[in-house]
Amino acid sequence: MLTLHCPNCGVMADETELHAEGEAHIKRFGPGSSDEEFENYLFERKNPKGVHFERWRHVAGCGKYFHAARNTMTLEVYGTYSAQTLAPPKTLVNAIKKKHPEWEGWA
Amino acid sequence: MSTRLADHGRLIDRSKPMNFEFNGKRMKGYEGDTLASALLGAGQTLVGRSFKYHRPRGIIASGGEEPNALVNMGQGGRFEPNQRTTTTELFDGLYATSQNHWPSLEFDVGVVNNYVARFLPAGFYYKTFMAPRAAWKHVFEPIVRQSAGLGKVPKDRDVDTYEYFYHHTDVLIVGGGVAGLAAAKAAAASGAKVMVVEQTAHWGGRTPVDGGEIDGIPAADWIEATVEALENMDNVTLRLRMQGSGIYDHGYALGYERVADHTPGDGRPRHRLWRIRAQQIVNATGAIERPLSFAGNDIPGVMLAGAVRDYVVNWGVSAGDRTVVVTNNDDAYRTALVLKEAGLEVPVIIDARAAVTSPLAQAARAAGIRVAEGKGIAKVHGGKFVTGVSICAQAGEGSSLEEIKCDAVAMSGGWSPVVHLWSHCGGKLIWDEVQAFFRPDPARPPLSHDGKGFVLTAGSASGALGLSDVLTDADAAGKAAGKAAGGKAGRKAAPKAAAEVHQAMEPVWIMPQGASIQKRMKMWLDYQNDVKVSDVQLAAREGYESVEHTKRYTTLGMATDQGKLSNINGLAVLSDALDQPIPQTGTTTFRPPYTPISFGAIAGEAKDELFQPIRKTPMHDWHEEAGAYFEPVGHWRRPYTYPKPDETHAQAVNREVLNTRERLGLLDASTLGKLIVSGPDAGRFMDMMYTNLMSTLPVGKCRYGLMCTENGFLSDDGVVARIDETTWLCHTTSGGADRIHAWMEDWLQCEWWDWKVHVANVTEQLAQVAVVGPNARKVLEKLGGMDVSKETLPFMQWADGTIGGFDARVYRISFSGELSYEIAVPASQGRAFWDALLEAGEEFGVMPYGTEALHIMRAEKGFIMIGDETDGTIIPQDLGLNWAISKKKDDFLGKRAQLRSHMVDPDRWKLVGLETLDGTVIPDGAYAVGEGVNANGQKNVIGRVTSTYFSPTLNKGIAMGLIKHGPDRMGEVVDFPTLDGTGTVIKARIVDQVFYDKEGAKGNV
Repeated sequence: MLTLHCPNCGVMADETELHAEGEAHIKRFGPGSSDEEFENYLFERKNPKGVHFERWRHVAGCGKYFHAARNTMTLEVYGTYSAQTLAPPKTLVNAIKKKHPEWEGWA
Repeated sequence: MSTRLADHGRLIDRSKPMNFEFNGKRMKGYEGDTLASALLGAGQTLVGRSFKYHRPRGIIASGGEEPNALVNMGQGGRFEPNQRTTTTELFDGLYATSQNHWPSLEFDVGVVNNYVARFLPAGFYYKTFMAPRAAWKHVFEPIVRQSAGLGKVPKDRDVDTYEYFYHHTDVLIVGGGVAGLAAAKAAAASGAKVMVVEQTAHWGGRTPVDGGEIDGIPAADWIEATVEALENMDNVTLRLRMQGSGIYDHGYALGYERVADHTPGDGRPRHRLWRIRAQQIVNATGAIERPLSFAGNDIPGVMLAGAVRDYVVNWGVSAGDRTVVVTNNDDAYRTALVLKEAGLEVPVIIDARAAVTSPLAQAARAAGIRVAEGKGIAKVHGGKFVTGVSICAQAGEGSSLEEIKCDAVAMSGGWSPVVHLWSHCGGKLIWDEVQAFFRPDPARPPLSHDGKGFVLTAGSASGALGLSDVLTDADAAGKAAGKAAGGKAGRKAAPKAAAEVHQAMEPVWIMPQGASIQKRMKMWLDYQNDVKVSDVQLAAREGYESVEHTKRYTTLGMATDQGKLSNINGLAVLSDALDQPIPQTGTTTFRPPYTPISFGAIAGEAKDELFQPIRKTPMHDWHEEAGAYFEPVGHWRRPYTYPKPDETHAQAVNREVLNTRERLGLLDASTLGKLIVSGPDAGRFMDMMYTNLMSTLPVGKCRYGLMCTENGFLSDDGVVARIDETTWLCHTTSGGADRIHAWMEDWLQCEWWDWKVHVANVTEQLAQVAVVGPNARKVLEKLGGMDVSKETLPFMQWADGTIGGFDARVYRISFSGELSYEIAVPASQGRAFWDALLEAGEEFGVMPYGTEALHIMRAEKGFIMIGDETDGTIIPQDLGLNWAISKKKDDFLGKRAQLRSHMVDPDRWKLVGLETLDGTVIPDGAYAVGEGVNANGQKNVIGRVTSTYFSPTLNKGIAMGLIKHGPDRMGEVVDFPTLDGTGTVIKARIVDQVFYDKEGAKGNV
């Protein structure tokens, strides 16, 4: 059972307080988008073995959403950060890259 | 035969005898006994039958690794199968029976399987599937069923209680042997909060059996002093009878405490499941001795050497009068010395090693025990008990050199560290070539959230086997754990024991090494599941190269003991058959729990009314007193109907419908979701959430709205009210409030976070009552207060005011087609308001109605219900709700998806009404069939029923359904075959879905 630091209320939260909300930083495509764009938006997910960026909600806590960068293989959590952003913080990305030089990057 | 000795037995109190019953026989043991030691002490060597061949089985071990001695424990509400006698503490009045035999333990007809054993090889079950069908039905299935299943399933309700504990600690130490205690001492000295758990009822593990000195005093004294010192520290928690059962992500661990197994019925919970979060975990889980694979190694009386020693020292019980010791390592010599010291005979120590000169071997020789070097056991003689062994050269093929009479065999194939908990959460293992075992690789531990290891091992669990090495290793682990958990670095020296000189063990996987197939077919690897050396070799020949496949094919290590004794020997045999090194074969996956834990402990207090929290409306008590029949709606309980005495539910529902249509009905609608959406950008947000245009809704008005997922599918519906310029109130379905609230928060927090909107879920702030029927206005006017006339409060408007002195918000909306007011009052006033309505309504024929009447009335009016007409694959257009989809908006959630080719396909099933030709009711979920057949020869399906009821208003069956091209086929008749086996086909005409009051005259008054 994972523990994640909620950047909104500051507590180290047990997974029972949290709800997983899928892959982070998905760009929404609405009316006017092509079938391919829309299909990617709705269905295509990375599901990587390794570094992954996820959305979580502190549902049984402060109720706020946040982002987490973690490793699906080793369960290491590189960091959690605000949900109100389109990309992970550069410092976090750099720190992950330093740890895993073979990692292809977040985008 | 096993017996109780006149002396020895450090754990038993001979002044406190205890009576127990095994298979109807009254037996005697002592306080401090396990059921296993008491059975052996009472001379009961035969304790069960094996799973597949029904061979006689005796006790082999003295701890949780025991595969054989499983019994049915207790009776009635305390009956439980598969209880290990070795971990069951004896209590006065204990009642147990043996398993897997018929008609009796001594005479079992199932043993016939033993004589057809060559027809039941590895993969027997799978092979039966390849036979002709008839053979499976008439030959194999009866045999498999006969032999399947361990123990019996309990029939009565469990009379005991169980509970959870939650605990946070800096350091959790699993195992209370000398390693666990030394690690605890070191960790506690750092100032860290430490918890030590030990699965047995005693501290110190095996060390008191083996003796030795620690820090200059006898080991037993050191253990006592250390436990006392730890007990006196504020930062240390010690728990006996508590197993560290599993280790999970980020320092999460499960503890299984057997609080009252040994004191049944004393009022305490039987088991307690501890959910522990630790920063660091130290596994001081010790090691398990391995059996040796020789012919007849499963005959009762053949035991692990360490266990034979335990029974003498701990419980004053001997496995036999003449015990042959067979080994490949020094440790078993300790058993020989203990037996000799207890005045028992050890005719020979058979050692597979060619020349043995270690101090322990010399001590054995000095005690007058013969040591046969380079030898093995060719065969154990006996059936239900051991009568002797044949000795052979280990290097040979098993020709008997000599026969020796004996009644017990103590075997040791070496020791394996207990690596289970290390592996539960991803810790990796390395193969130790010298000691021939897998041990934890400290460089690859399970990782915590910070990317650092959170599990350490101490003592034998690390692979250290001598007392001196164990203490040094455990002290280092304790210090490291304390420091990693934020404590001070420890400087105290580790506890010391004298270094021991051992002669290296020699791996022996088959005895003798060149044994014939006849012998290999009698060499048991997995005692519980009857897997033999020959089975694993056969699996390898048949191409099972992966250890995981071999496990499942042969069932090696698959029983309740999960291969604690069999795994290493099994994969060594497999590696040999595959001609590859053991590490290349690898191990199977270790999964929690370490030993089986009770279902009761897992459930804890979550049963009956505590299974999950129940949400109750302010009027709930009234419903209960009125004898309501409830149905679950989300976590709510809603009255389904209020049956009167002698009334069926159907009769009650019909009465409620008719009364509401003709007079006055009351519905507790408090469970309806109520979300407030407010802020400068709330209108824009509402337009995205709903398919309708909600921003243009005038203040004071209501509008029915639909919400879709981004997939376009209908997800929720309800009436929206515009409260003021920047505020909307959204009604959601009863089960959908939390989901829709989260959905709105998601979009506001993660997509449009710059929009100035907030959402509040006020569902439980308000009690809501639907006042429905021709007399609805009369009762409100009688109560007095605000003007609820047609002119002041027309349909689809709302107003604030008072009714009968209650602060109320009144919505003129209707889900039944009748004149209807939905009235919200503060939750604290809900019951009083309900009572006032009932009292005032008496002269108007008031009657409460439940959810089923609500469903029928909405179906009579052709209104959809989320979850009936929708199932997550239905778009609003399927339900003819195009009028509720705004064409003026550029965007709303689901809009893009509804443009996909599949969504605009004219062949999509569409909603219509269905009227049976004979007035009967179409069964729930019935499918409509059309012309022709599909590729599988089944009739083509052209639609299905979504709602179907008997309408008391129309006195016939009505239904709604989704039918291919339905709206274009009005008046046509479709077939609904029933599944009741009669072949009946119900014919129904496609009609308009509004069955009642099409022009809406009843509500428009």
